[in-house]
Amino acid sequence: MMSSVPIMLEIIELSVRFGGLMAIDNITFEVRDGELLSLIGPNGAGKTSVFNAVTGYLRPQAGTILYKGSRLSGLLPHAIAARGVVRTFQKTSLFDGQTTFNNVLMGLHLSARQRTLGIILGLPSVKEDERKLKDSAWDILRFIGLESRAHELGSALSYGEQRLLEVAIALAARPRLLLLDEPVSGMNPAEKVRFMRTLDKIRGAGATILLVEHDMRTVMGASDRIICLNHGRIIADGAPGEIQSHPEVIRAYLGERAVRAGS
Amino acid sequence: MTRWKSVLIIGFLASIPLWVTSFYFLHILITTGIFIIAAMSLNLLLGFTGQLSLGHVAFFGIGAYASALLSLGFEVHVTNDFVLGVAPKPVWLSMLFGTFAAGLSGFALGKIAFKVRGAYFVIVSISFAEVVHLVAVNWVELTQGPMALNNIPPLKLGTPQLLELSFLRKPAYFYLVLSTAIVCYVIIRRLVSSHAGRAMIALRENEPLAMSIGIDVTRYLVLATVVSAAMAGVAGALYAHYVRIVDPDIFLFIYTVTMVIMVVTGGKRTLAGPIVGGIIFGLLPELLRALAIKPEMQWIVFGVIMIFVVFLLPQGIVPALEDWRNSRKRHSPNTGPPVQAAPGAPP
Amino acid sequence: MDQFLQHCLNALMLGGIYALLGIGLTLIFGIMRVVNFTHGELYAFGAYMMYALVTRLGVDFFVALALATVLGVALGAAIEFVLLRQLRSSDIDVTMLVMIGAWIALQNAEQLAWTGVAQSIANPFPADPIVLGRLSVSWNRVFVFVVAIMLITATYFLVNRTRLGMAMRATFQDRETAALMGVRIERIHTVTFALGSGLAAAAGALLGPVFVVTPTMGDLAAAKAFAVVILGGMGNLLGATLGGFILAFAEEIGVGYISSGYRDAMGFLLIILILLFRPTGLFARKERIS
Repeated sequence: MMSSVPIMLEIIELSVRFGGLMAIDNITFEVRDGELLSLIGPNGAGKTSVFNAVTGYLRPQAGTILYKGSRLSGLLPHAIAARGVVRTFQKTSLFDGQTTFNNVLMGLHLSARQRTLGIILGLPSVKEDERKLKDSAWDILRFIGLESRAHELGSALSYGEQRLLEVAIALAARPRLLLLDEPVSGMNPAEKVRFMRTLDKIRGAGATILLVEHDMRTVMGASDRIICLNHGRIIADGAPGEIQSHPEVIRAYLGERAVRAGS
Repeated sequence: MTRWKSVLIIGFLASIPLWVTSFYFLHILITTGIFIIAAMSLNLLLGFTGQLSLGHVAFFGIGAYASALLSLGFEVHVTNDFVLGVAPKPVWLSMLFGTFAAGLSGFALGKIAFKVRGAYFVIVSISFAEVVHLVAVNWVELTQGPMALNNIPPLKLGTPQLLELSFLRKPAYFYLVLSTAIVCYVIIRRLVSSHAGRAMIALRENEPLAMSIGIDVTRYLVLATVVSAAMAGVAGALYAHYVRIVDPDIFLFIYTVTMVIMVVTGGKRTLAGPIVGGIIFGLLPELLRALAIKPEMQWIVFGVIMIFVVFLLPQGIVPALEDWRNSRKRHSPNTGPPVQAAPGAPP
Repeated sequence: MDQFLQHCLNALMLGGIYALLGIGLTLIFGIMRVVNFTHGELYAFGAYMMYALVTRLGVDFFVALALATVLGVALGAAIEFVLLRQLRSSDIDVTMLVMIGAWIALQNAEQLAWTGVAQSIANPFPADPIVLGRLSVSWNRVFVFVVAIMLITATYFLVNRTRLGMAMRATFQDRETAALMGVRIERIHTVTFALGSGLAAAAGALLGPVFVVTPTMGDLAAAKAFAVVILGGMGNLLGATLGGFILAFAEEIGVGYISSGYRDAMGFLLIILILLFRPTGLFARKERIS
């Protein structure tokens, strides 16, 4: 399918084995610049495995992953992050023992311009860089809306706030492509609304987002395009409206009867 | 810690040789100081970066041997025909070499050992130290083996004709150790509150998350190991030119354990922890000896203390004191809201 | 050739001992995921119990052997109950430090009780060695080898053919599921630690009469036990057995043909090499205990 919009991420015939199974079985799709693409599918469909393969936590058995035209496969996770591809984790993942502020400051790792020797000698350029990093951390906290909780320990935040903090950390790494793994799972409706508003802001700042999510309302409401996986294969790829009534998708989630009932 | 407090403490420490006349007590302070430097270095790797490195005494010993050997000069048959001979070098240069050698071995260990983690890494680190120990015992041509390197020259700075500072007498050596300790403390503090230090802490707290935001795990683990090893090497070099005799027993596992005890009981994620731990476990043997307790009993006391501290104060003494101080401030009627650390300061 | 065969013969006895040490440790390491720093001390304890019973109290040699082993089991159970059980939810480094503290306390208690002088234990075997052509081996060593094999076989039987062994294997594979299926994890831990400690004590009791007994003998034994565990793969009984013999052979060959001083370095070098190139061990296909 030709498109005039530049392609951020290209997955070509990707296969990944995980725990003795083919977690991903020869899938091909692309993510366009600026869009919000959601990956949906029943549990075990392979969604998180896609994330792990793209960000270097899993080595694919076959296939190619291209980010802005250059290969990602074979790179270590930190190198992939340095290129602008940052992911969050399915289970809440923070630097627990640190304050909210420090968490974001750690996320700003890639923005730091300090050399070890300079640090040891206590050069003024290092102090200047620290000041800049701290300013950026405050900016991010304000953007995300957590500045009032800056001095609390990450573990003291509410669940919804912790998920927001995770995104803040990921944002600090200045991603062009952001992979969010079930970011709203476990949130109450109010927290979800707050989160989606933040997601809009992030998109407004120019990021492309690949989203894995189970919450259908969130997915339908926010996505430009949806891909449905089942048993490691793509069974549908299209706009939210098409996916909603797609027989394969319904079958995957609700079984054969639901398809017959719907038609 | 405010500027003034630091100045006061340093001033107090610097004044010690002026009013402590007992050479024996100065000796204890010097050896305690050397151990504190070693403990601080271990804290960087064990506490801040969270790596269970139990081979640390290897770096201490390598620093000691390298410095001693260069200052004494040596001759080894590398092959049957080729003899490597090195003339004795000035002590200050040897000490730098000792530091460098220790740092280099830290680099080697880091590059190799961090391919495994957890309990396996512990075993690799212990094995590394034991191999170094065995080399020191068996490569007699270089190290004199169990017969030890003795008559190690003391540190002398300056030129013999004009001005010469000799660090032979205890007060002078006390200042040498004190200034080295202060420099090491400052280096660690700077490192820990920088972006490199945050990367190390991130690795300790959540390695997958750290990777996802661009932290190169191997690079920072190796960095922590190199700095940690080099600093332990400085301590070793100081030791070698103080006691002026070095034998393979310096590599005994029990000394690593002593350093670990200092770090853990003091508080392994704090800057002051290894200092507090070092003071306690540096002075404790002397106290026990004064009470005429046998050396074996002393080790049992060490072991029991460590078990108790780990059970009762798992974070160590310094964090426990800080928590206690914070909770008292919160309950005091005159203070306002609890004092928070400045944004970005390490906890 | 004769020299080589003689080395092989020597290696058999040591291999049996290393295998005994390794099996005990691999069970503890595998099921409890604890770096057991006291393993060497249990070995020394077994040897010292033999000394106390045979040399000081005049107990019959074979009875003392059994008794020393039983005492080792008891000490292991006590350590697990008093220390390890309290640390169930702690980090690995806390547990390690407590084990190090226990190791220090045990070794120095032994030093206090028996002084640092090397002690020897009389054995009831004929002094003349068995001669096979141009090779010779002492009765004592043959006895040690035979008993070691018997104990190893008994452990295999326990782990693979009894219900208790099945519970141990289940705990090793998947602790949570095993607990859900009714396995009493705490009991398994105590049993595992006691069993492993007993095997170590038996090894010490067997070897004590062959060499001498010193308070620091446990340190090297522990190091070699770890080498064997890593050679064979954590939790792999067969691997530990084979690993024990491989280490013994490597040491004997090294001593015979390279240099005797570096004999003990063999174990450490093997550890480093294996962990670097085949971290799961030489034999592990996938982690399992059987």
